[in-house]
Amino acid sequence: MVTINIDGQHIEVVDDTTILKAAEKAGIWIPTMCHSDYFEPYGVCRLCSVEVVRGKRSRIVTACNYPVRGGMTVHTNSARVKWIRKLIMEFMVSRWPNVKVVREMAESLGIGAPRFVSLERDEAENACILCGMCVNMCNDVVKAGVLGFAHTGIERKVVLPFGQKTDRCIVCGACVKVCPTGHIRMVVEDFKGKRPEFTLGPKTAISVPSLQAVPRVPVIDPASCIHMKTGGCEICASVCEPKAINYTMQDEIQEIEVGQILVATGFDIFDATAMAQYGYGRLDNVLSALEFEMMLNSTGPTSGKVLLKNGTEPRSVGIIHCIGSRDQNHHAYCSRVCCMYALKFAHLVHDRTKAAIYQFYIDMRAFGKGYEEFYVRLLDEGITMIRGKAAEVIEGVWSDNGDPRLTVRCEDTLIGKFREIPVDLLILCNAMEPRRDADRVRKLFSISKSPDGFFLERHPKLDPTSTTTDGVYIAGCAQGPKDIPDSVAQASGAAARILSLISKGEVEIDPVRAMVQEEYCSGCRICNNLCPYGAIEFLEDKKLSHVNEALCKGCGTCVAACPSSAMTGQGFTDAQILAELDGLLV
Amino acid sequence: MAFEPKIIGFLCNWCSYTGADLAGVSRIKSAPNVRILRTMCSGRVDPAFVLKAFQLGADGVVVMGCHLGDCHYQEGNYKTIRRIPFLKRLVGQFGIDPRRLRLEWVSASEGDRFAEVVNEFTEEIRALGPLKLPVHAELRDQKHRVPETEDAVH
Repeated sequence: MVTINIDGQHIEVVDDTTILKAAEKAGIWIPTMCHSDYFEPYGVCRLCSVEVVRGKRSRIVTACNYPVRGGMTVHTNSARVKWIRKLIMEFMVSRWPNVKVVREMAESLGIGAPRFVSLERDEAENACILCGMCVNMCNDVVKAGVLGFAHTGIERKVVLPFGQKTDRCIVCGACVKVCPTGHIRMVVEDFKGKRPEFTLGPKTAISVPSLQAVPRVPVIDPASCIHMKTGGCEICASVCEPKAINYTMQDEIQEIEVGQILVATGFDIFDATAMAQYGYGRLDNVLSALEFEMMLNSTGPTSGKVLLKNGTEPRSVGIIHCIGSRDQNHHAYCSRVCCMYALKFAHLVHDRTKAAIYQFYIDMRAFGKGYEEFYVRLLDEGITMIRGKAAEVIEGVWSDNGDPRLTVRCEDTLIGKFREIPVDLLILCNAMEPRRDADRVRKLFSISKSPDGFFLERHPKLDPTSTTTDGVYIAGCAQGPKDIPDSVAQASGAAARILSLISKGEVEIDPVRAMVQEEYCSGCRICNNLCPYGAIEFLEDKKLSHVNEALCKGCGTCVAACPSSAMTGQGFTDAQILAELDGLLV
Repeated sequence: MAFEPKIIGFLCNWCSYTGADLAGVSRIKSAPNVRILRTMCSGRVDPAFVLKAFQLGADGVVVMGCHLGDCHYQEGNYKTIRRIPFLKRLVGQFGIDPRRLRLEWVSASEGDRFAEVVNEFTEEIRALGPLKLPVHAELRDQKHRVPETEDAVH
């Protein structure tokens, strides 16, 4: 530890701390334009120049990279320092007069119009001020090593290798984030017209999936984490005090033995790009219901504000129901939840904006407890309900400032007229559909699906939570579209079924089993390999096949194959089936 | 009286039988000619049952099971799909038109498909006419047409 004197204050700091850090600790502000905690001091802007007095000598040094020494006296505001700062700022202002950060810095230092006229004067508001933040970020932090300076003196500029496009750039956007003037921008080239699935998704590579996530801990998205690409960055690890960030963690597959399984794999939402007439993915300000839900979230990308893509508040909002559901071209079924969340959207938009709200619906299905009352309340809030499915959405110039608005063309079946409604923001209520991998999951548990693709329950009324496979239960939207109360009710029922079996401690099995009549068995072993459950074993001592009753499920494949009819299926013996045949053909 | 085909349908318990049930519950009309016999799996359908059905006077036999990959018993229907083509050749040798034997996949949710299969098959058998096996006449007079015990089956 050493003690130094900054502007009359005695400060004790660790050896080799920079003057800038020491001053920061003492609460003394030293202006700087190229410094960041993320990378090594660069010392290019010279704005942090301070006067260091040691003994009788006094000299000007840059605070950002000059280490403290014992007994040092530093003046951050002496006449000499002020003179230097003024000179630097005047050079900067004269060269980049319209750059916001430069102007603001000059103002905060009380420096007026510059005394010089720069021959390199750049009037742009987003001119590059050569602070080198992007270069340092790219090389020291991201470790991609793409950006660098070329040329010297007034020719100096930031360039990509050989001044050409490069695939070494990992498109992390770190340079954009640190650029103080906005000179660097992210541009999407080769835009194919389809947006990524969630345009309002997390902004960072490490994020908590949602506030309701269990466990509520951040996760790293390996596809966008800079560290995973270049081995650099590690900023999150450097700010995490408990040192909880582990970059080497791998996905692991655990095998757990269980007796019963509840399949509650949920649903996917219908991809509205399949209905091109509504412009999803093509037009700005056409959102899916899930995207709008994220926007409404107070911890979401807009902090819960209802905003258009250009950041302004919409003057009118349209909500189209039944996108992909109740539609013979897509899903014939009703998704059940959309009417009510559409009404909720309308209520919240009404609450947060002054926008006019239009609902385009086929039928209003307010079927649950308190739902109809909510609908009636919404009608009183002045929401326009248009009965009729919207035909298409087109872009048209309607607004005073020339911004394109959307026009919803629809038929209002209640007044029997075609209408064109101008809206700023359009929300599509996407259908719920079975998970994309539902068929794979279904085969894993050998359960069936109903015609709509959702998992099939054993009986629609008497056994709505279990499946045809013993010990496998289903709940929630995996079984069919339903809202939260219904999902909870079904899941509770399934959980109770599971618990009752656990507390009983024993399992009842169907009496339908295969059995070997030992006196007829020739020991041919044809049945042994037929059994999908490996329930048939061959008794070497007796030279007979034997059925393990606990493993046998009673399908009867072995019974049909037995050449000597030694294998009998309990409940479905040959004699019983033949007698049935006899009866049927009288 | 017009010819009404007698058809035996071997339906697996988990898919086709449930599908037939669904057709009933959904009030889907289908021909009454198919007399349904439930087995736990289409793999349980012993070729002897099919032959016996023809012997006892069935004009057609349809075996229905789960779609491939959907079998409740994982692979029972794969056994069936191997047995039935052999059986078709066999019945041909007995002088029975192989079209009188059919294998169809009907899942538990395909009530409409069940009705469709039944109607179509019934019409096909109706067009083929009654199956006139010489054995029919003898059996008609026989009082006990089915052997009493397992032993007598073969």
